[in-house]
Amino acid sequence: MPQYALELCDLSRHFQLKNGVFSAPTTLKAVDGVSLRIPPGETLGLVGESGCGKSTLAKMILGLLPPTDGSVLVNDQVISNGNRFALAKQLQPIFQDPYSSLNPRKTIRQIISLPLQLHKVGDKRSQQASVKQMSDLVGLPERLLDQYPGQLSGGQRQRVAIARALILKPSILVCDEPTSALDVSVQAQILNLLMDLKQELGLTYLFISHNLGVVEHLVDRVAVMYRGKLVEQGTREDIFRNAQHPYTQALLSSVLTPEPSLGLPELLDDSAWANAS
Amino acid sequence: MSQTLSNSTSSSPVSALSGPEASGLPVVPEWRRALNKFLGHRGLFIGSVILGVIVLAAIFAPWLAPHDPYVQNISQRMIPPIWHEKGTWEHILGTDKLGRDYLSRLLYGARISLTIGLTAALISGVIGTTLGVLAGYFGGRTDAVISYIITTRLALPVLLVALAMAALVGGSLEMVIILLGLLLWDRFAVVARSTTQQLRDAEFIASAKVLGASTSYILIRELLPNILSALIVVITLEMAHAILLEATLSFLGLGVQPPLPSWGLMVSEGKAYMFFQPWVIAIPGITLMILVLAINLVGDGLRDMNAPEGRN
Ligand SMILES: Nc1ncnc2c1ncn2[C@@H]1O[C@H](COP(=O)(O)OP(=O)(O)O)[C@@H](O)[C@H]1O
Ligand SMILES: [Mg+2]
Repeated sequence: MPQYALELCDLSRHFQLKNGVFSAPTTLKAVDGVSLRIPPGETLGLVGESGCGKSTLAKMILGLLPPTDGSVLVNDQVISNGNRFALAKQLQPIFQDPYSSLNPRKTIRQIISLPLQLHKVGDKRSQQASVKQMSDLVGLPERLLDQYPGQLSGGQRQRVAIARALILKPSILVCDEPTSALDVSVQAQILNLLMDLKQELGLTYLFISHNLGVVEHLVDRVAVMYRGKLVEQGTREDIFRNAQHPYTQALLSSVLTPEPSLGLPELLDDSAWANAS
Repeated sequence: MSQTLSNSTSSSPVSALSGPEASGLPVVPEWRRALNKFLGHRGLFIGSVILGVIVLAAIFAPWLAPHDPYVQNISQRMIPPIWHEKGTWEHILGTDKLGRDYLSRLLYGARISLTIGLTAALISGVIGTTLGVLAGYFGGRTDAVISYIITTRLALPVLLVALAMAALVGGSLEMVIILLGLLLWDRFAVVARSTTQQLRDAEFIASAKVLGASTSYILIRELLPNILSALIVVITLEMAHAILLEATLSFLGLGVQPPLPSWGLMVSEGKAYMFFQPWVIAIPGITLMILVLAINLVGDGLRDMNAPEGRN
């Protein structure tokens, strides 16, 4: 058992922004010295407003973007170009937009079995068996397997993306706003599915969201990011009950949580309606 | 034209009801929908029928042609086509100044036009697509270099260069094909580059990268199928373009050489007789026009058919 499923050491990514021909380029510190540790089996929520560098961080963890500085360790191994192929079996992403994360020209069956083909796991028959098993697990009806992504709803597509991410049996999932492109009613279904899968398969999640409300019910710990830096980390209770950093407090106060003790708003009161009419 | 328009607008509400909003229920199979769309598109339908007839005529020319297209017969020169009072059933479309059967020459000429159109478009398609995809996918310095090559190519006047090169190396069927193939790739490159740029950052590409797929797998298996529909439209455009250029070169004596029955060459050979025997140049000219029109109709139709339906 590795000590940490995911460890980020002083990770930074800077972008050079060219402001035209004559002015000198400025540096944007999209991610600036982030250190994080996620033990196996834990769900860490990474929250922060849009543009604070969450996706940039996820891309570096996935090996899609080279860091300017610092390193990423997956199950105690430093990621590099050399072991990226092997690490795909340990770490998989779920992206934000299920409308762009599935190749429109491939059938659902081809999409879910691609990881097995690329990694040469089993023969044709056992691959097809795993596809079926995996689509059962994520609640995807078998009749959809020979359809194209264009014929599926957003929620169904995100289930396909989850099945593809899990078919190599990775231990870690990096979810970059996996529900923010979905209808509100579907969001809860997908979040519940992710939680069930975590229980069943003992997964480690890095769960990225700009919405504290989404994160509240899922995570063990929360890390708050602001302008490329982590400003606060703690258990869910710490952050939601007793936030220290003013940015976290501001973020929390912007989340509308229904308070049962306050009762219904005045207007919905029967007598109010009666008086009005 | 107005009929085509009203046809397409009246059919769109129907497809909107039955098509994309049905949330994944398999309403109509994919091929059925494609077939309906194909039959519903008048331009595409007419274009493919005409093109199909010309292709079949070209393939079966040896069986369909009543005479050998190369055999000369001095006693049978300039016989007019059948609809003239002096026409004969022996030569339905008449004969040319050397007494060769015009229908047979026309049928064999279809082979030349189609061969040149298709092979030149394929050669330029391979060149242009490769350059465009590489520029669009890698960006940066690769893109700068390839964009420079594209701009240089766009700055060349095609006809002038083709004329100069043909004059330099001499005309022949193979030379015309290679020359046009090397000249007509710019539109492929531009379209492939911009469509690739749009897809480069798509999450399905990122997903394949995370899985450790090789760059060639990503380009050929993930990206290419998604830009193919745009490229097929360009193929039809460039086919028509190549066919017209071949006719132009041959008309000017720099393309396909006699006695090959190229339509452009037939127009050229007939031009001296234009005023008194106008059919000598009208027949190959009109056939050429119909072929180019049919290819363009097919291209436009394919573009309409490939227009995304719902979110894709
Ligand atoms: N390739 C890039 N080039 C320049 N700037 C970038 C690039 N990618 C992201 N950025 C910038 O980095 C910042 C963080 O972006 P991102 O990580 O996508 O934020 P988040 O996911 O938290 O909304 C933004 O200001 C964005 O404009
Ligand atoms: Mg983001």
